[in-house]
Amino acid sequence: MTNEGRQVVIPGQILGDTPTFKPGRGTFVENKKIYAERLGVLNIQDAFIHIIPLKGRYDPIIGDLVIGIVEEASASHWMVDINAPSPAVLHVHEVPWEIEYADTEKYLNTGDTILAKVLSVDESKRLQITLNDRNLFKLKDGHLIEFEPSVYRRIMGKKYSMIEIIQKYTRCRIKVGKNGRIWIDGDAEGIEKVLQAISKIESEAITFGLTDRIEELLKKDAKDVR
Amino acid sequence: MKSDIELIDTEGKRNDGRGPQDIRKIKIEAGVLHRADGSCYLEWGGNKVLVAVYGPREAVPRHTQNPLKAIVQARYNMAAFSVEDRKRPGPDRRSVEISKVISEALEKIVLTDQFPRASIDVCIEVLDAEAGTRCAGLTAAGVALIDAGIPMRDIPVACAAGKINGQVVLDLGKEEDNFGDADLPIAISPRTGEVLLLQMDGHLTYEEFNEAFDLAVKGCHMVSEIQKKAIMDKYQTAAAEVNE
Repeated sequence: MTNEGRQVVIPGQILGDTPTFKPGRGTFVENKKIYAERLGVLNIQDAFIHIIPLKGRYDPIIGDLVIGIVEEASASHWMVDINAPSPAVLHVHEVPWEIEYADTEKYLNTGDTILAKVLSVDESKRLQITLNDRNLFKLKDGHLIEFEPSVYRRIMGKKYSMIEIIQKYTRCRIKVGKNGRIWIDGDAEGIEKVLQAISKIESEAITFGLTDRIEELLKKDAKDVR
Repeated sequence: MKSDIELIDTEGKRNDGRGPQDIRKIKIEAGVLHRADGSCYLEWGGNKVLVAVYGPREAVPRHTQNPLKAIVQARYNMAAFSVEDRKRPGPDRRSVEISKVISEALEKIVLTDQFPRASIDVCIEVLDAEAGTRCAGLTAAGVALIDAGIPMRDIPVACAAGKINGQVVLDLGKEEDNFGDADLPIAISPRTGEVLLLQMDGHLTYEEFNEAFDLAVKGCHMVSEIQKKAIMDKYQTAAAEVNE
């Protein structure tokens, strides 16, 4: 990463010509010119021009780990809100339990929180999620907070460095969904610290050396507590 | 219709001290509301407009959904206290019309095919009105849509031109709108020059119309610069503060 790379772009801004550059994520081409289609930070990799969005709704991709809130239980499936433009379907075949017909409410009901994986996204953006994996389960107790989905990568950090630091200093169980939701379980002080760290990451998402500053913040608090 | 009111003096100065080709003072602030996905507060002369954007989210009722693209639903609403005489609250014929034309203007600029079956809701709340609220509302909606991170072809912008005492001028004020000869609000996509909205109230000759149209386009470009600056101010400073 170089310092000059952090340029904020707005929709309709010209980013380059097509023969020299190739249009990547968040861009569109008109008359051989590449334009930005959304607010974000410019990122040029090889000849590809990408825009890393600064804000915006979660865009589901197959395999994403998400935290969903059950909206409705039907006879053979649940509708789950995963912060995407439309609710996701969780079919009874996609849960680890044996469920008899119309017995769905006994297992998951409105308001329950689950850690799930995006199973499929079709052309018209219909979503299916699954609970059929070792690391997927229903989340009990704990706190649920929301963040801007575009800062997910900053919250995780390079090779999960950021989230590991937060976990180390706060001794909380943390699950981060790619859809802009975090589930935290731990003592009140720890949760308070996680909230502080997350809001700092969110407000300083497009800056450098963020991991170090977060570590500093958490270290300072750790001293006060002991 | 000729009015007896003097709206522009012999030196070409208007009642509020502007020249014929000056716009009123504009102040734009992005991201002012916490609970909305995107928002914008705009002051344009005496107009005060607050816009909130929600979505893309599931369109309800279901029959309004389009399986191929998102729908854009703008709602223009004037607060009861926004005009001198209390306005009866709720949608009336005028605000339903403005909601419709703004929705259609925004639908052309948003990349709706990325969100099938979804709805993008734009709530335009006019807190204080002083002529040209639809232009102010659409301009603010453009900024709020960007703040919501919605993919767009361009940033829509609107401005009006009109005729007062037989002379074509830019961006009518309240008296000029009430006692002038014509009002021509337009919205364009500043990058391509495409017209997104064009309405006219009053009478203009063919030549006057062309003159007013060109003037309004010029005004749109002026407003567009202010819009872009407001967005950049909001998001570039966040980066600058910590990098110091």
